Amino acid sequence: MSARTYELIYILKPEATEQEVADLQAQVEGIVQRLGGSIEKTEPWGRRKLAYEIGKHKEGFYVLHVIQGSGELMKEIDRRLKVTEGLIRHLVVRVDERQQVAERARTKRQEESRRRRIARGLPPDRQPGEGPQRDSDDDADLTYEGVDTEA
Amino acid sequence: MAFGGRKPSGPGGRGKSAAGGDKQGGQRRGLFRRRKVCKFCADRIDDINYKDVKLLSGFVPERGKVLPRRISGTCAKHQRALRVAILRARQLALLPYASD
Repeated sequence: MSARTYELIYILKPEATEQEVADLQAQVEGIVQRLGGSIEKTEPWGRRKLAYEIGKHKEGFYVLHVIQGSGELMKEIDRRLKVTEGLIRHLVVRVDERQQVAERARTKRQEESRRRRIARGLPPDRQPGEGPQRDSDDDADLTYEGVDTEA
Repeated sequence: MAFGGRKPSGPGGRGKSAAGGDKQGGQRRGLFRRRKVCKFCADRIDDINYKDVKLLSGFVPERGKVLPRRISGTCAKHQRALRVAILRARQLALLPYASD
């Protein structure tokens, strides 16, 4: 079974100390290593306001991990995080499939544009300074309300 | 982001006033409906990510519900992906379930 990519996000209580954050990260790392996975990226977002109150908390400390591993590994992490004190929420999402789909869409679009450009007798890639120049406000004429006579 | 702020009130409101105008004898002065385009198709956003709160919040009006397709103009494919992304973001308290 090929390795899968997962994203794990958890929210700690805002009053968690740096030590507690580091401890939990180390704990996650431990499980990942023990079950033959690898952590690709760790990204602490830091304190953020919650969109709604969870329990009595209005803020939370967010941490994101990108993990390569098996489903069993994530199950174990999920199980452990469920019983971890000081954690207000966590979420595991499998991302590799979605990323592949997005990648495929992107390459398909590129090929299509190249094919068209060649058909029009243009070089396959866009030259610098070519193509529509973005105006600061493209649809200004649609919201145009009238001449400002005061100015 | 101008998109989120303008769209919800824009086309919906115009539609209503156009219908009212028709009843009064087809008076459609200066009313034109702008063709709605799926933002994700137009901007080529292949992966609608639940972490992109700035993007998602444009599709979540004040009340906290998901903005319907008929108003935002999002295509079916992207609306489905958008819904999943919003659901995930809600779980992480990045977006509200309900507000008011």
